[in-house]
Amino acid sequence: MILIGSILVGVLYAAALYLLMARSSVKLVFGLMLLGHAANLLIFSAAGWVRARPPIVPVNADVPPVGHADPLPQALILTAIVISFSVLAFTSVLVRRACEVYGTDDIVNGDGDT
Amino acid sequence: MTGILPILPIMIPLVTACVCLLVSGRRRTQRAIALTGATALLSAGIALAVYVWHHGSVVVHVGGWDAPVGIVLVADPFAVVMVLIAALMHLAVSVYTLGRSDAAHERHGYFVAMNILLMGVCGAFLTGDLFNLYVWFEVMLIGSFVLLVMGGGRERMRAGIQYVTLSLLSSAMFLAGVGILYGIAHTLNMAHLSERLALANVDHPWLVTAASVLLLISFGIKAAVFPLYFWLPASYHAPAPAVSAIFAGLLTKVGVYALIRVFVVVMPFSSYIFTVLLVAAGLTMLMGVLGAVSQTGFRRVLGFHIISQIGYMVMGLALVSSEDPQVRELAMIAAVFYILHHIIVKTNLFLVGGIVLYLTGTEDLSRLGGMLKRAPWLAVLFMIPAMSLAGLPPLSGFWAKLTVIKAGLSGGQYLLTAVALLAGILTLVSMLKLWHEVFWKPAPEPQPVVIGGSSRLKPTTASKRSLLLMAAPSALLATLTIAIGLFPQALLSVAEVTGRSILDRAGYIERIGPSANPDTPTTHTSDIYR
Repeated sequence: MILIGSILVGVLYAAALYLLMARSSVKLVFGLMLLGHAANLLIFSAAGWVRARPPIVPVNADVPPVGHADPLPQALILTAIVISFSVLAFTSVLVRRACEVYGTDDIVNGDGDT
Repeated sequence: MTGILPILPIMIPLVTACVCLLVSGRRRTQRAIALTGATALLSAGIALAVYVWHHGSVVVHVGGWDAPVGIVLVADPFAVVMVLIAALMHLAVSVYTLGRSDAAHERHGYFVAMNILLMGVCGAFLTGDLFNLYVWFEVMLIGSFVLLVMGGGRERMRAGIQYVTLSLLSSAMFLAGVGILYGIAHTLNMAHLSERLALANVDHPWLVTAASVLLLISFGIKAAVFPLYFWLPASYHAPAPAVSAIFAGLLTKVGVYALIRVFVVVMPFSSYIFTVLLVAAGLTMLMGVLGAVSQTGFRRVLGFHIISQIGYMVMGLALVSSEDPQVRELAMIAAVFYILHHIIVKTNLFLVGGIVLYLTGTEDLSRLGGMLKRAPWLAVLFMIPAMSLAGLPPLSGFWAKLTVIKAGLSGGQYLLTAVALLAGILTLVSMLKLWHEVFWKPAPEPQPVVIGGSSRLKPTTASKRSLLLMAAPSALLATLTIAIGLFPQALLSVAEVTGRSILDRAGYIERIGPSANPDTPTTHTSDIYR
């Protein structure tokens, strides 16, 4: 199971970096999106996968079941998702404005006069 | 009551930002609030520094959760001096902004973004939790993104996209590093992490290596260390002068701060990191100063000098790997002294660059000239930080370079020391070139204004009030530079206390880690309400 997770993280990173290196700034936004996913999945995999044992205290018990999943990585990922969502929203608007100003989505090379 | 002190530098900018947002339609009110907020932040910084100086570090367990479960804020000497100097720069730049800023920028949240940026910077200095550091970095970045692209235009858009991409890449790597460290140690409290990683480093060193390299690259991008600095010259010349002054003063230094925090306090056992940093320091100094030679814009030249100066700080950090405890201490003191001196000087140089832009409407060195005749006071204001940057006595830069070089020699790094000296000479040459181009040579014939070429303003008649508001903060910072140069002992003793406290890893772990004794200066936030 962890092997599948690791491969998935690798694939996500590869795709993200590939997209980041593209000239089109729209692809750049997608690259940043995948990069965030890759990092989140990495945190999740690094902290260890636990199946079907949520860290919830059952009724009539004082402690969560033995061997429950660690809730902290989930909290970290949740925080990271919120942050990357807001940053992506900003980036999307920025790229859209830049495309309007430049008239092309190839920002770095599309500008002839510099 | 002491429990609230370390929270203030985070709360004050947040409250200021919120109130500024509420009154964003009213320019005067907003300016008054922004200025009040900046003054309050400086007062809080001073109060915190004085308290920590007399009573030792303050640790706050946010929300009343004990370490390592809860997040801790740590006001130790290093964090406190950084907060203090950041607050001082914030106030200086806020006053400067009143002299010349766009009414539209202010309406669109200039002060809001600036305060969010400061909140992130102060939070990053004060936190004792690695994931929390990531969060503060993001807060800081969001503020800086908005400030950088404010006003639009082709140049800023391009700079903005490059800066945003590199920053997010760096953040993603930081996040991945934090994730791996959590996977190894199952904690995020820096002190606790430090203890557990020392053990884990024996069991699975490769995982610790992977995480430390990720963190090294991430902080390296933020600090603009060779070979990760290319985003800086591509973006720092683009925003409004006041914005680039605060960026130049604070942002890269937050990266250096994180490097020191993580690699000296949390993971001091990875010696290969220091070897990498040693080489990177030399190349950063050299590449930065050589890059400056080929530039033709005022702020572009200054941008490259930030990089070269970062090299000196990293050199101080890298020398900490020495076996000799005296060299370690000397190196740490040098790094701290250099950071403090550099923040003041570099912010000031960008402020002067902004005044030149205001007076002439251009930053192009070939179109500048004759400023010595036109504004001799400005020439003085430029000369002081410029010569300090180059390291001439009796200015602060001389002592900063001297301590770094002393550390380099006593650490046996003769080649690196030679590089540092060479970079110093080249800095002087570059500063003299700026002096010649902007102030000394006669003013060139007025050229027709290029239409649509750039968003540069046409030369305007400068208002006395604006000039005074812009020159006053610059004069204040220049006075500080001279004062440090004439009485270096005062700042040196501050750097000494700070450097020793950074190296006192056992003390840090004891104060902040999970085994911390609740009776010592530790305070719970819940105590405030009792």
